[in-house]
Amino acid sequence: MTSVGSADFIRILPELVLSGFALLVMMLEPVTPAGKKTVLGWVSVVGVILAGLAAAAIAFFPGSAFSASISNDGYSVYLIELLLLIALLTLLGSMAYLERDAIDHGEYYALILMATAGGAFMVASTELIMVFIGLEISSISTYILAGYKRGELQSNESSVKYFLLGSFATAFFLYGIAFVYGLTGTTNLDVIRETLVNSPSSANPQLLWLAVILMFVGLAFKVSTAPFQIWTPDVYQGAPAPVTAYLSTAPKAAAFAVLVRLLIGSFGHVASAGPLIFWLLWISAVLTMCLGNLAALWQSNVKRLLAYSSIAHAGYILVGVTAGGAEGTSSVLFYLGGYALMNVGAFILVAHLAGADERRTDVEDFTGLAADRPGMAACLTVFMLSLAGFPSTVGFFAKFYVFRAAMHAHLTGLTVIALLNSVVSVYYYLRLVVAMYMGEGKTQVNEASIPRALGFAIAVSLIGIFFLGLFPSGLLSDLTSLHVPWL
Amino acid sequence: MLQPYIPILIQFVIVAALGGIIIGASAFVGRKPRTREKLSPYECGSLPVGDSRGRFSISFYLVGMLFILFDVEAVFLYPWAVVYKELKWLGFIEMFVYILILLAGFLYVWKKGALDWTR
Repeated sequence: MTSVGSADFIRILPELVLSGFALLVMMLEPVTPAGKKTVLGWVSVVGVILAGLAAAAIAFFPGSAFSASISNDGYSVYLIELLLLIALLTLLGSMAYLERDAIDHGEYYALILMATAGGAFMVASTELIMVFIGLEISSISTYILAGYKRGELQSNESSVKYFLLGSFATAFFLYGIAFVYGLTGTTNLDVIRETLVNSPSSANPQLLWLAVILMFVGLAFKVSTAPFQIWTPDVYQGAPAPVTAYLSTAPKAAAFAVLVRLLIGSFGHVASAGPLIFWLLWISAVLTMCLGNLAALWQSNVKRLLAYSSIAHAGYILVGVTAGGAEGTSSVLFYLGGYALMNVGAFILVAHLAGADERRTDVEDFTGLAADRPGMAACLTVFMLSLAGFPSTVGFFAKFYVFRAAMHAHLTGLTVIALLNSVVSVYYYLRLVVAMYMGEGKTQVNEASIPRALGFAIAVSLIGIFFLGLFPSGLLSDLTSLHVPWL
Repeated sequence: MLQPYIPILIQFVIVAALGGIIIGASAFVGRKPRTREKLSPYECGSLPVGDSRGRFSISFYLVGMLFILFDVEAVFLYPWAVVYKELKWLGFIEMFVYILILLAGFLYVWKKGALDWTR
């Protein structure tokens, strides 16, 4: 029996801090008087910041923990920090929203913390069972969050759809794990890679393909890539907008992290699985980009439009995953970071602009916004331009690095399709901008001025978008020199 | 590769066939007197008193779910009890933390009023 020591616990310190604070918030919830639950939001913010410090500290203790089921490397530390940033922005953007719509429950904050802890376990684990547990912790929390407006049919629909399809996807993933265990006798990713690379004849290639396909399908559901993206628009539209901000970024980042660790890190090294993985990713990337962008053209609801846009972005990220290697991996990590900044920013701002009970979420409702609220319209414009990939915003360099990685990997066809897609996408992002600036303000936006916490969160994402849009090379070179164990 | 499992497959077939034959035979050959007593629901010999689809308090569901939760969590104490000595202090502390988390859940449920039957 391998012994468990204090080093093991230090290496999961961020997750421990998050879980501890989630429990604390749950314990404080019943004793907090009604109407004062925002205090718990601030407790959670403190928890996320402490977890961020813990994640920065554990970067100095690289290595594996708990019988090699957790790997504390540069890759996992970066992604944990990213998940924490998403959680922080979501929490700051949620507090005023919950007050406005009279959602007086402290559990909301605890669920965000738990979902983040689950995501952190996912990105750090090198053991399929551990990945599965992390996936479940994060999924179950987000299923509840999606249905947080219990009185609204759409929110209930969102929760049930997310739950049913999510559990379905988890079952696929688990079935894949079972096949891998049957083939190699282990669930540890490093051992799986060694076993399959050193004795390729030991594994039946057809069964290996089946295992890879099943696990890919499971994760493809989570990152909403075609043809497994059907649930996304309904879920994103029905869930409360700050929850959508979280759903469209954090679980996606975590699932992409697992996808890269699994397909590039472990199975990509296996000669018999290489072409299969390549074509799976290639086809899925093309389908995702085309379906996401084409469907987004016809949307009249802003939340739905952003949902299709997030599908399209998952497609661009898949281009980076298809490219693989050191350059592909770092471009994917960069993209996940930039995408998180702009998407969380856009959704929490839309949550505010939509007004009480989110009554105004159609593109038409944003007509003439610039005349009433020039500041907010300008912020939303920046988010849209960044999502469209205009230069001087992070969206441009995120796409640029991914496409460059694809070109260097000789994926010319894929890059051309991706470029054409991002041209198409400009249309629907600009449609919202045009409505805000050119249209006559027929609907008055009487929303109160931006609450301070939300304003801070939006400012952070704006600064991030412009900083990374103007000086991207610093972060990229950091990401390139990250210690990624399989490279 | 799958040859060792052929006996199991044969057994499946035999089981299905046997079940089918017995049920089918009694359905075809047996007498079916459709009297009032024969068609009434079987209630261990006593007469049925009404429809089983009555309304009852939602608290039953809540308590039922909570019972399952805590019951399943208690299952994890058994493996610990088996290897209690080998795990030494580390195991003790781990299980202590585990039970503390359970206790936190219990206090949460209590304070939320989920155990309050009259609410």
